[in-house]
Amino acid sequence: MSASRVILGLLTLLAGLAAVAIVIANPVAHSEVHAGHWSFKGFFGTYDQAQLKRGHQIYANVCAGCHSMDLLAYRDLQEIGYTEDEVKEIAAAVQVMDGPNDAGEMFERAGRPSDRFKAPFANEQAARAANNGALPPDLTLIAKSRAGVGFLGYEGADYIHSLMTGYEETPPEGVTLGEGLYYNHAFKGHQIAMPPPLVDSPEAPLAQQAEDIAAFMSWASETNLDDRHRMGIKAILFLVIFTLIAYAAKRKVWAHLH
Amino acid sequence: MAAPVFKNPVIRWIDHRLPIFSYLHHEAYEYPTPKNLSYWWNFGSLAGVMLMVMIATGLILAMQYTPHVDHAFNSVERIMRDVNYGWLLRYIHMNGASMFFIVVYIHIFRGLYYGSYKAPRELLWQLGVVIYLLMMATAFMGYVLPWGQMSFWGATVITNLFSAIPWVGDSIVTLLWGGFSVDNPTLNRLFVLHFLLPFVILAVVVLHIGALHRFGSNNPLGIDTKGPQDTIPFHPYYTVKDMFGLGVFFIFFAFWVFWAPNALGHPDNYIPANPLSTPEHIVPEWYYLPFYAILRSIPDKLMGVIAMGASIVILFFLPWLDRSPVRSGTFRPVFKWFFWILVFDCVILMFCGKYAPEAYWTPFTFEIVDAATFTERYAALAGLSHEAALNAVGEMWGVNFASGTFGIKIVRLGQLATIYYFAYFLIILPLLSIFETPKQVPLSISKPVLGGGRAAAHAAAKPMEKA
Repeated sequence: MSASRVILGLLTLLAGLAAVAIVIANPVAHSEVHAGHWSFKGFFGTYDQAQLKRGHQIYANVCAGCHSMDLLAYRDLQEIGYTEDEVKEIAAAVQVMDGPNDAGEMFERAGRPSDRFKAPFANEQAARAANNGALPPDLTLIAKSRAGVGFLGYEGADYIHSLMTGYEETPPEGVTLGEGLYYNHAFKGHQIAMPPPLVDSPEAPLAQQAEDIAAFMSWASETNLDDRHRMGIKAILFLVIFTLIAYAAKRKVWAHLH
Repeated sequence: MAAPVFKNPVIRWIDHRLPIFSYLHHEAYEYPTPKNLSYWWNFGSLAGVMLMVMIATGLILAMQYTPHVDHAFNSVERIMRDVNYGWLLRYIHMNGASMFFIVVYIHIFRGLYYGSYKAPRELLWQLGVVIYLLMMATAFMGYVLPWGQMSFWGATVITNLFSAIPWVGDSIVTLLWGGFSVDNPTLNRLFVLHFLLPFVILAVVVLHIGALHRFGSNNPLGIDTKGPQDTIPFHPYYTVKDMFGLGVFFIFFAFWVFWAPNALGHPDNYIPANPLSTPEHIVPEWYYLPFYAILRSIPDKLMGVIAMGASIVILFFLPWLDRSPVRSGTFRPVFKWFFWILVFDCVILMFCGKYAPEAYWTPFTFEIVDAATFTERYAALAGLSHEAALNAVGEMWGVNFASGTFGIKIVRLGQLATIYYFAYFLIILPLLSIFETPKQVPLSISKPVLGGGRAAAHAAAKPMEKA
């Protein structure tokens, strides 16, 4: 290979890398978000089921008061380590509207594992009315739809974690908070309608709770990540062997050519 | 090229009545191919494979998808959560679109460098441009289907471009929408067309290959094959080489699918479409960014749309804009440089398409900063008042080397890049055809191998695939 071809090759590679960098990088300075250590990061990353369970408890006890998770069903909780009976119990704890029955009337019944997570409000208007005009967003896909899905897709978890720990009791000088708003340095515009949801306590430090809920939200938005990573390793192994064989075959076939 | 004798009697029986096997033998087996093709020639067959991957995964996704504004978003999530391996199919399809464009862009730039568009392959090139246009339309429609925020607002922006057409523009937009805004009828028709167009692409691909096989592949030397000593049969030489390239490419592809499936998309598309809330920045997918930058470079809407269209239409005329008799850039010492500047230029355009036009790029710190921040920094560094800084930053540049601030407004950078893009085709190539003195072109493909001299020694010392 001559020098000019090496240079051209390098130029091409550079242009390609620059293109990828442009697509992925986001040099625009956003609000303060710091990277966490997530068990699901990296080639072999998997969710930590104990953490997801803790996160689910936080959701059920705190977030679920205002936020729906419409795309999750109670049966999905088996994936984070609850047994079938436990899931039945969790589902049965809520009353859901069903019907109409044979008499043509709607009725309430205990939840089943096949039911979707019960939403706290009947509709958007009810949610706004109860929350000072602000709409608490559905949380199923929140980790994938906020703060940029970056190169490997963990920025959502980073963002939620930062948001949970980003409240400041007194806003910096010169900032006047709007009516019913709270100061949070991780939130875009720094003024958020959600009051600080998590309470720091010696048994459950705020940072720990924030990590757990961020992990749970990440799982909810991407329930297939464990399978995906596992299959990915197999796929790459297969492809590497396939490619090596193809390369050997290519060398052999072309060797006799003059 | 004697007709093959098939051993299998069934095949012989069929082939006698309908000679498809003879045809395949002729076109895919013994088809004479230049023996000096480099790995840049792998990307044509890779594009074909990607088309197949997209059709196969798309077909299965369509069985599970619901094209209705109330159900589209959730039906995609149902595919992700409840359909067996639905997440795999969707991520392959979603990232496959990007992979398809990567492959096709390399394929196009390969054609540009080695003059594959020149006589007698003009029609082959033009059919390729048609495929590319169809791909852009198909990909756009596909992006609308999940009915997220970017889907909806992307559809609104793109369909609105047609309103720039004088007199009939608004009627055309109403017709495209099937109503007075992007709504359910729009989603329905885009779904139908997204399903249809890949098969139209397939048909044009058949024509593309038909035109290719008329004169055979171009090659890195850009000279015609002079006889059997210059060619080798397609099978097994190029089938095995393509297989190796496919393996390498699929490893790259798998990385995105399994570890960064959403990195090439936009997070806002995981928010259901909401006609009442516009996203902060409406950004197209990466493969449209250069065209988006060209569109935004021109302040007038109609002229912007015309420029964007012209940037592709110009490719149809390329065979007559570049009149240099030498095909391969290898033997064109001046052309080579302009070509690589064009590649770089397209990367710049992509960059400009991604960011807000009024933002500034500061090359020394490699940052994108919004106009207000830039002015603030400038005022602080140059010791100016806010108003003075605003005036100094002005419309075009914000340059002050003394105070260490150097920034280029994204829209200006895009305009410079747009000028180069058109100049390459309309000015540089025609002038180069007249003023450039090409290097000596080899007499034949086998000549540098069989003939004497340094070139021969060099070539003989290397395995064939690198020659």
